[in-house]
Amino acid sequence: MSESIANKKTIIDLRDIVVEFDGERVLDGLNLTIRDGEFVTLLGSSGCGKTTTLRVIGGFLQPTNGSVLFEDKEMSGVPPYQRPVNTIFQRYALFPHYNVYDNIAFGLKVKKIPKDVIREKVTEMLRLVNLEGFEKKNVTKLSGGQQQRVAIARAVINEPKVLLLDEPLAALDLKLRKDMQAELKNIQKKLGITFIYVTHDQEEALSMSDTVVVMNEGRVQQIGKPTDIYNEPENAFVADFIGESNIIDGVMEKDFVARFSGHTFTCLDQGFDPMEPVDVVVRPEDVDIVPEAMGQLPGKITAVTFRGVHFEIIVDVGGFKWMIQTTDEHHEGEDVWLYIEPDAIHIMKKSKYSGMYGDYSSYSDEHDALSVVDDEEEVE
Amino acid sequence: MTESVPKRHPRTTLGTVILNAPYTLWAAVFIVVPLAIVAYYAFTDVNGAFTLENIKALGDYKETFIISIWYSLIATAITLILAYPFAFFMSRAKVSRQKFMMMLVMLPMWMNLLIRTYSWMLILEKNGIINNLLGMVGIDEIKMIGTPGAVILGMVYNYLPYMILPIYTVMSKIDPSLYEAAEDLGCGTWQKLRRVVLPLSLPGVISGITMVFVPSISTFYISYKLGGGKVQLIGDAIERQIQSAGNYNLGSSLSLILMVFILISLAVMNKFSDNDGGIVV
Repeated sequence: MSESIANKKTIIDLRDIVVEFDGERVLDGLNLTIRDGEFVTLLGSSGCGKTTTLRVIGGFLQPTNGSVLFEDKEMSGVPPYQRPVNTIFQRYALFPHYNVYDNIAFGLKVKKIPKDVIREKVTEMLRLVNLEGFEKKNVTKLSGGQQQRVAIARAVINEPKVLLLDEPLAALDLKLRKDMQAELKNIQKKLGITFIYVTHDQEEALSMSDTVVVMNEGRVQQIGKPTDIYNEPENAFVADFIGESNIIDGVMEKDFVARFSGHTFTCLDQGFDPMEPVDVVVRPEDVDIVPEAMGQLPGKITAVTFRGVHFEIIVDVGGFKWMIQTTDEHHEGEDVWLYIEPDAIHIMKKSKYSGMYGDYSSYSDEHDALSVVDDEEEVE
Repeated sequence: MTESVPKRHPRTTLGTVILNAPYTLWAAVFIVVPLAIVAYYAFTDVNGAFTLENIKALGDYKETFIISIWYSLIATAITLILAYPFAFFMSRAKVSRQKFMMMLVMLPMWMNLLIRTYSWMLILEKNGIINNLLGMVGIDEIKMIGTPGAVILGMVYNYLPYMILPIYTVMSKIDPSLYEAAEDLGCGTWQKLRRVVLPLSLPGVISGITMVFVPSISTFYISYKLGGGKVQLIGDAIERQIQSAGNYNLGSSLSLILMVFILISLAVMNKFSDNDGGIVV
């Protein structure tokens, strides 16, 4: 996280949160500290507990165990309407019986704010979300993007300290999603309030957030800046979930020296026991195909896919399939040599996720297409 | 009258005419013709000559009309008060529990109206179940059968499902995240009801009111049995004119005026719910 945010005071503190549904643990001892003005993204696939975490913060769900602190005040038993948060729901949850104006004014009307103040603030909000002139429109007749803007205005008008966003862009098409990402980020900067954003889309998480919280199986896997999450994943799960990764079994011979795939590499990592077994992560864009003289690992190309900007090449190195992204063209069946820079090698401690990810043996276009379909389903 | 196929539909073809024919025929023979006969009797005398005497005679039934309207209004109000919270909790309950509650609502409807009404007579009678129980604990018997209260009870009991079902149907379609949104925006329980649940369930309430009020106002069997002959509603008056007195003409004019009144009430109710394109009858 950037320095300015690191110095800000803590606004939300989740301590040892456990949530169980019918005996099944959805959140398993979750700890999370969120600072004032931070853009935090909870990232994970469906069922990882990210939405549950959001609902615990919003007060829609009482945790089985653990405590939620808002600015050091215990929040258990405090209903949603008494918390300094507002939520943007997955399908917006706009009131179909009210028009745009009345939807946005809803929170202020409930608080019995004078009419002229409400009018002024609604106008200001409509300007913020670029919906001037839409006051009298029926919300059910608006496009997805416009409904989204109404939902933002309806939440933000209450001046919450924290805005909770539950997969707010999932229902929009790709182009609109990109625009709204930028717009949300802008709104967050303008208002200077904390955003807690839930998504399963790693690209969205990396491009928008100050801090990314990667979750799996009801636990936090890693918390950090987007660049740290990408460059220094904590375990095989994170490395695999964020972008593409080659994850290889290795041994840390001593500080700055790692051995894997039958070759000894120089790296920048230290602090492991001598000869400690580790997981080695190398991003596909960091592997170079070089002439034999410079090469470290010999392999054979088994697949080449053109991706536009680059080629995706699968190279078989002694039975382990590496993924390599390069702008140079190569052909299936070619024998090649691979080279990896010391700073491209990232060493991780062994975890329960070791050996589960990072091998492209089963890689094919068909497999890729199937996993895209899975992603779509996770939106639900 | 047999070929009253609607013409304004843009895609009227021979096929749709043929497909519609059975219902059109049915409607003509069993709805339009009987209505015409009722109208004919209402405006003629025993010899079939045109007369307004039957309409003038309605003046004698002013009180019956007022009582009928009044009792049905009370019965409708009570069913609404009972049905609304029930429908709300039902719509918010777990699916398995919803099914069970639905069964409880439907159960009485599996029995014949006669049996249901006779059962109430057994319960409410002078020597009925309630008075027997009261007698056992030494309380004087209460006169229940033959009172307006018994008639209204009968109406409420019989028509309650018709209030619960439309309200429940509308409520179960409300997205639960709207309730959460309301809570999120500062609503306590009461505010949530007033600003979200009530307005969104209004179409169900209106169709429920219609479905209870209309049969209540024209009921005759319930009032006859539970009213012990002392409470006479329009339905009873019509039945008596046609069955006992054999005065088809007066019976028809009573029916006609009742129909006109019901149509007016339906039009008023429709006015209330016309923003969303009609009611769920």
